[in-house]
Amino acid sequence: MPANSQFDVIVIGAGPAGLAAAARAAESGARVAMVDDNPHPGGQIWRASRSPEPWLRSQVEVCSGARVFAAPAPGVLALERSHGELELKYRSLILATGARERFLPFPGWTLPNVAGAGGLQALAKSGLPVAGKKIVVAGSGPLLLAVAKYLRGHGADVRLIAEQADFGALFRFGLGLVAKPAKLIEAIGFRAALLGVRYLTACWPVAAHGTEKLESVTLQRNGKTWTEPCDYLACGFGLIPNVELPALFGCRMSETGVAVDENQQTSEPGIYCAGEVTGIGGLDLALVEGEIAGYAAAGKPQDARKLFAARESNRKFAEALESAFAPRVELRNLPQDDTLVCRCEDVAYGRIRQCSNWREAKLHTRCGMGPCQGRVCGGAVEFLLGWKAESVRPPVLPVRVGSLGKT
Amino acid sequence: MSEPTLRLRVDGLTVDVPAGSMVSAAVAMAGASKFRRSVTGQPRAALCGMGICFECRVTINGRAHCKSCQIPCEAGMEVNTDA
Repeated sequence: MPANSQFDVIVIGAGPAGLAAAARAAESGARVAMVDDNPHPGGQIWRASRSPEPWLRSQVEVCSGARVFAAPAPGVLALERSHGELELKYRSLILATGARERFLPFPGWTLPNVAGAGGLQALAKSGLPVAGKKIVVAGSGPLLLAVAKYLRGHGADVRLIAEQADFGALFRFGLGLVAKPAKLIEAIGFRAALLGVRYLTACWPVAAHGTEKLESVTLQRNGKTWTEPCDYLACGFGLIPNVELPALFGCRMSETGVAVDENQQTSEPGIYCAGEVTGIGGLDLALVEGEIAGYAAAGKPQDARKLFAARESNRKFAEALESAFAPRVELRNLPQDDTLVCRCEDVAYGRIRQCSNWREAKLHTRCGMGPCQGRVCGGAVEFLLGWKAESVRPPVLPVRVGSLGKT
Repeated sequence: MSEPTLRLRVDGLTVDVPAGSMVSAAVAMAGASKFRRSVTGQPRAALCGMGICFECRVTINGRAHCKSCQIPCEAGMEVNTDA
């Protein structure tokens, strides 16, 4: 792709929302580019899969392996690739930056072979051999089942799935009245049984053990603890939206992610958001939000409007799901004072909780100041202490000095 | 017919990986238990698998701080983890 190319619409993120947005914008006659930091389109859910293909039939210029690190002027993006940097210009921008896993710290979670749940699946899809490996899958959400199924399908010995949510309690508090989550939870129990893997609810890891790498994990359920030997712990407590790039553009946030209007447009005119970045909602919602954003950004709001009803029903389901799998307060007690929370700068929980806010913690302990820029510890600190990250400044990711000089 | 493979070196050890594998897979297949040492010297390995956490950083062909989970293996690559 030539430097300084001008596009009607640039889509950031080639997961389901980005793919749908790019396809609909291109079909509407716009000149479209799609930028993604992975080697191939598909995002996480469609990594190493053929599912993106139907969405790639329209005329879209795909720019893989590229990361946006700054917005040097209105309508201009600065990108870094392995072989140099690049500036692209746009009239409308669609940010479909997706989500990452929520990691919650517990003693031993920094040991090699403790990975995210989606994380271990992504690593396995990238070629990590898991056949014959003893794996405990833990954390929260429907993703745990998909991960267990995938790992088992690739020969792993999945010892058990530990789901922190307590479905019994959720039903008692009336959530069972919402038809879909009840059905879903039923389906999850059923699918777990089909998998032949123990599926324990109200169960979570309290410590991982090992010297140079993971050897076992201690789990807790109903006040009892026991230790399971394992080669890998795949542990993630749901998903959180990747809002750093929209924040860089000054987009206003909602309770769940980036705030958008009915056309998926953010508080910044001409900048749209679609998919998990507006709030965790799953594949179907991401696709329909992407389509709406694609039509709207290409100047076809009448086509976008036809999809509003589908988006609404998917949103209701997503909200119910999020509350059903919300992390329980007991998980705030998992980190000890010497448990690292910031893995980049090795900052322990005891030092962080002596501070009174995120800014003070950054200044006094360097928490969130390392290469990941708080992408891992930020979600944990928000859950543990209720602090929100305050601002995002360019570069939004570490870049080569040579790239910085160009902006 | 077997899958095409690529040969590269991780910490001086030769490893053959299926074409399409990421460098993160090659590091694990070479038997390295850690990818890097943290600022206080702790062993670390890939956490997120999707380019967010920076825990899987290795040196590739002399270039430090490469995120191994997002870089496809190439024949003849020299990969080094922290000692």
